[in-house]
Amino acid sequence: MLKKLGFKLTVAVGVIALVTISIFAYFNNRSDNRNLLAEVERHANQLSETVKSGTEYDMLLNQRERIHETIKRMGNQSSIQRIRIMNKSGEVIYSSDTNEIGKMVDKNAESCYRCHSAGQPLERLEMKDRTRVFRVHPDSSRTLGIINPIYNTKSCAQAACHAHPRSQVVLGVLDVTLPLAAVDQDIRQGRIEVVIFAVSAILALSVIIGLFVTRWVAMPVRELVAATRHVAGGDLNYVIPETRDDELGTLARSFNNMTHKLSEARLQLFQSDKLASLGRLAAGVAHEINNPLTGVLTYSSFLLKRTKDQPEVQEDLKVIVRETIRCREIVKSLLDFARQSVPKKGPADVNEIIERAALVTENQLALNHVKLVKALGAEVPLVTVDANQMQQVFINLFVNAADAIGPEALGGTITVTTSHLKLSPVGITQIKKAQCPKRHSLINAEVRIDGKPSIRIKVVSGGNEGFIYRDPMYGQTRHQFGIAPEATKATQVMCPECSASLLVDAASCPDCGSAIFTFEVPGKGMVEGCTNRQCTWQRWAVVDESGEREFVEVRVRDTGSGIAQEELPRIFEPFYSTKGQKGTGLGLAVIWGIIDNHNGTIIVESQVGAGTTFVIRIPVEP
Amino acid sequence: MKTARDILVVDDELVITQAVVRVCGAEGMSVDVAESAAAATARLARCTYRLIICDVMMADVDGFQFLADLGRRQVRTPVIMSTGMSTMENAVKALYAGAIDFIPKPFTADELLVAVRRGLHYARLQDAALAASATKRPVSLAYVPCPAKYYRLGYASWVSLEGTGTVLVGVSDLFLKTVDAIQDVRLGAVGEEVVQGSSCATITSTDGLDHGVLCPVSGRIVEVNRGVASTPAVMERDPYFEGWLYRVLPSELQYELQQLSSCSSDRL
Repeated sequence: MLKKLGFKLTVAVGVIALVTISIFAYFNNRSDNRNLLAEVERHANQLSETVKSGTEYDMLLNQRERIHETIKRMGNQSSIQRIRIMNKSGEVIYSSDTNEIGKMVDKNAESCYRCHSAGQPLERLEMKDRTRVFRVHPDSSRTLGIINPIYNTKSCAQAACHAHPRSQVVLGVLDVTLPLAAVDQDIRQGRIEVVIFAVSAILALSVIIGLFVTRWVAMPVRELVAATRHVAGGDLNYVIPETRDDELGTLARSFNNMTHKLSEARLQLFQSDKLASLGRLAAGVAHEINNPLTGVLTYSSFLLKRTKDQPEVQEDLKVIVRETIRCREIVKSLLDFARQSVPKKGPADVNEIIERAALVTENQLALNHVKLVKALGAEVPLVTVDANQMQQVFINLFVNAADAIGPEALGGTITVTTSHLKLSPVGITQIKKAQCPKRHSLINAEVRIDGKPSIRIKVVSGGNEGFIYRDPMYGQTRHQFGIAPEATKATQVMCPECSASLLVDAASCPDCGSAIFTFEVPGKGMVEGCTNRQCTWQRWAVVDESGEREFVEVRVRDTGSGIAQEELPRIFEPFYSTKGQKGTGLGLAVIWGIIDNHNGTIIVESQVGAGTTFVIRIPVEP
Repeated sequence: MKTARDILVVDDELVITQAVVRVCGAEGMSVDVAESAAAATARLARCTYRLIICDVMMADVDGFQFLADLGRRQVRTPVIMSTGMSTMENAVKALYAGAIDFIPKPFTADELLVAVRRGLHYARLQDAALAASATKRPVSLAYVPCPAKYYRLGYASWVSLEGTGTVLVGVSDLFLKTVDAIQDVRLGAVGEEVVQGSSCATITSTDGLDHGVLCPVSGRIVEVNRGVASTPAVMERDPYFEGWLYRVLPSELQYELQQLSSCSSDRL
């Protein structure tokens, strides 16, 4: 749970939201507080000025009772805590709290402190310095106090009553205090609101992100994981529904494409192996059967010659001879299939071969009302093939396609297209021949790597000797080591047959600096490898420099009945036929063998009711 | 002095050798049997044979190697190869290696007899040619060898390159001399495919036997010699020029020429 992508994403988004919203809320709250307090200060200042100017005239007239009364009434308002006026020496002269009158206020009391803190009292005080926020007791709510110095004016000095001496600057201080309980309540309320908003926003955001991540990421990823498990379990036909257009949809599509290609490759490999062993089997069986068959045929035909005067025996013998000859034909077709002959290759134009095959099958297709559409690419290069065998391939494919369309269908179309493809050769090119400087073959059919004969070389190292079987697929490194060679100069690499050295004296491995060895692929240059077991360096200049490998691709598409999905893997098997008595079942197997002999590949795509497409790829360089 | 016998059959299958003994023995031929190449060599040390029938796949050495050994030891006895691996490739390979004929297994009694009779004829003609060259008379008194620029498949059929890309295919005089007079010839039709090493025409001789002619090249027949079709005797009169059988558009000429013997080397 904690390691899940969705959870991590949700937490990450939650944390980011928490930090952002907290910072925002903090500053927002602080500025709110400040504004609120400033508003209260302004209000207090106004109030203090009002009190001052409201009592000024009474003071000039020295109407003390009136002043007492005014201050007392004003101070009784609930929004005002206390109003008092102190004289210069700190004695409270007027106060809304009558008990206080006549008391002396300590210089260090918070209403005096501002001016008297510096020893010599200040005479002028800035507005911001005149207010103060304090608590009367540590438990009580906050209080805002504002002091308003009463300065000596001309009218004061000349007043008849009790004239203040001219030298006096400050006559006294008006001190107004207001309770901040309501303001503090507002501030607390605001804070709680912000916290509630922040928490709910973060929760909502996390939930929404979590939902979207689950829907858009976790679910498709789960599907992909399930699919990889299926594929790992060997089910290469498993398909993920391709319903999405985003990156995961692309991934699903490319995943499906990959499994499709994998299943084709597996089929191809499987087929190759099976047909090769079947070929050997057929050849062996043919040889074994032909000997006893010779006995039957020779003796029966010999008897037939000698019993010309016995018509009743003749009839029976003729049956034996005829049926034995039929057996002979069956075995012969098996041998033709198994024939591991080297194709008689030469440069040929695939388009021309197709034209010829079309000419040969013209009548047969016309009889079935099948139209052959040729979309032959203009820029198709020549390929090195056995033109006759390839023609056989196309004739068989056309005839098969016409059969698949069938005479009942009242017509159909076969479309042949040719095109030119380029694919990278590294990792897909097999080293099929390898020889030492004395032309001994290094190919070893007993040790196979991925089903293909390996390249065997002898290694003498540190007094031991043994063989290394190199991966025949150039670019891959599934070598098998019968000996662990030391990466020293003393390691010898040689031909297992004649012990001719394969080491290259003048060069060393560009990756690790160890000694390198080389062998020849007849007609295709030298392959080099590193003697260091850990090093994967290898070079086949001819292939490396050839760039991408070129292929000619031929697609034969028909509008026939199609082949059921479960039958597709079997159609290249010998004797597999859907034509019943009509066909021998060797056609597609023979085609497969021919294409394999040309280092090419053949795959089939089909849909029941819609038709079948055979795709053949032949390398331009043999 | 070695004993003179007609046929030595070399095969590790008893049923084959016994069948040959029965069929050829019934025709009055003397037949010896060897179950391996080594046994055959031992027999050859004691007897002379007019013809050897040899299997390709044997337990000790294969037939091609046995053939090569015979050549090294200057045994001139003609050899007919036979194998259960009866493919065109094996036929062509056997003929190129020096066998005079190739019988694919399984064969009928008639197929065997036809090949054996031709083989014995061939042996006689070879002896005559040898005798001729020993007395400084031209070989052509025995049979006419094929012209210098021709190629041949075994001793039976020839191919001659024309400047136009097509080739002419025919039957050698030596082959015709090994069969009785021609009664009839069955030829393929224009447009048919012929394959190197497989039968492309059948010659029926006056003794009623059918002889298949193995085609020296693969390709498509573009013309059939009407003169031969109507008067088969033309072949016997002029086998190398007037008596050609087909004009063929070859499909794999360069490759297939390597499997053929050049007639010019016969004259050295």
